[in-house]
Amino acid sequence: MSDATVSRPVRFRAATEESPATRWTLIAVAVVGLGILVFAPLVTVFVMALADGVVASLESLTHKDAREAIRLTLTIAAISVPLNAIFGVAAAWFITKFDFRGKAFLITLIDLPFSVSPVVAGLCIVLMFGTNSLVGGWLVAQGYPIVFAMPGIILATMFVTFPFVARELIPVMIEQGRAEEEAALTLGAGGWRVFWTVTLPNIRWALLYGVLLCNARAMGEFGAVAVVSGKIRGQTATIPTTIEMLYQEYLSVAAFTLAAVLALLALVTLVLKTLLELRHADELAATHRH
Amino acid sequence: MHIEIDEISKSFGATAALNPVSLAIPSGALVALLGPSGSGKTTLLRILGGLEYPTSGRVLFDGQDATGLTVQERRAGFVFQSYALFRHMTVFDNIAYGLNARPRATRPQKAEIARRVTKLLDLIQLPDIGARYPSQLSGGQRQRVALARALAIEPRMLLLDEPFGALDAKVRKELRQGLRDIHDTTGLTTVFVTHDQEEAMELADLVVVMSMGRIEQIGKPQDIRARPATPFVKDFISA
Repeated sequence: MSDATVSRPVRFRAATEESPATRWTLIAVAVVGLGILVFAPLVTVFVMALADGVVASLESLTHKDAREAIRLTLTIAAISVPLNAIFGVAAAWFITKFDFRGKAFLITLIDLPFSVSPVVAGLCIVLMFGTNSLVGGWLVAQGYPIVFAMPGIILATMFVTFPFVARELIPVMIEQGRAEEEAALTLGAGGWRVFWTVTLPNIRWALLYGVLLCNARAMGEFGAVAVVSGKIRGQTATIPTTIEMLYQEYLSVAAFTLAAVLALLALVTLVLKTLLELRHADELAATHRH
Repeated sequence: MHIEIDEISKSFGATAALNPVSLAIPSGALVALLGPSGSGKTTLLRILGGLEYPTSGRVLFDGQDATGLTVQERRAGFVFQSYALFRHMTVFDNIAYGLNARPRATRPQKAEIARRVTKLLDLIQLPDIGARYPSQLSGGQRQRVALARALAIEPRMLLLDEPFGALDAKVRKELRQGLRDIHDTTGLTTVFVTHDQEEAMELADLVVVMSMGRIEQIGKPQDIRARPATPFVKDFISA
């Protein structure tokens, strides 16, 4: 063998591939960044929650205020998430399946809660439905207060979480077009049947994802709820507002335990989503694109 | 079924997609609407199918005014350009969709539906693909499934929007014959839209050449070839 021709096999790099040094640097930056921004805070929450041992944490959860806060937050999510799922589907359906004037404006309007500070949103609700307002005053007189009560918290939560479902659905539905719906119509199906048998199955994954995000945000919302709820302990204090109050009172174990509950609820929804995706991977691939 | 298009026009806002056009399609004919994009051929097809309503004019089916009939009432078997198969359903469920969508009183029994779907799968010569999803089919297979799905509702006419548009040349030729055969077996009045003059000339009994929302010429392929009525037709068919 002549030594001139013996050389290492040349490894060609794809045009989009970076040099190993660049790759590892970028990966390291990403891992460190994620660690500092995501994992460290999450771990801290659980570490702080368990600072005085499991028993102390669990005991803090059995306190009436904590129990009421959890109950209230779950109730709020249970009411506002389904409603927003319905509104989100309706809005996305309307925007993607019909042509009308002012469509771009409507899309902007749906995004509004993303750009408006939740505190401002909360204040708007207080101004509209507070005791001193016309509507609010009348409702209070009838015995249905909005502000500093459950309806206000639901309104605030729904406003803040409004875009999640619609925003997930609109791009998917635009990409899918109207042809399948039209095909179903020519085959004799009525509008309602088309929706249940064609539209909804085609968007179910995007819808599920939107609902999960919406749910996580609904349970975690602080700013708007803090303004409208009045944070009355055991009555209108949700998990996030209770956490803040406990923390202000230096009850750090109680505060972090409740925070851990909130984080766990969020993690459960994420695990649920991943499981569903794994189980239906075949179907997902089949329905994604022709 | 005899189809009569009587002074149909359609405008989208200020733009006219169809200037008043009239056309009589004899029962059992295989008709091509031929023209470049923007000629109004697809709009006309969609008006026939009830997916679009005309701005003015009438559509008559067997002499009866059908202009106001809804898309469901038209019972037109429609094959879409990219087939629009239901991607989350198997081929079997796709074909059975129209039968399952019928009101309970006229809906066939489950076994009867299965029997009809099997028969249609035989007709399109794909007997074994019932359990597959559209994403697992080739372009030619999808087109044939779309055709079977349209035929399942026992349509009064067959409307096809660029049925061969998304296929490669070889498959295109095969399926042309396939459509001809299905047309001859079922005897359905069939209208298809195409921008390919060779396809129109080879397949159709009657060719309607369209341009800019107008009908330029109606005639048998050999007549259009021999005596193009306008400079546009002459130019278009020699392209």
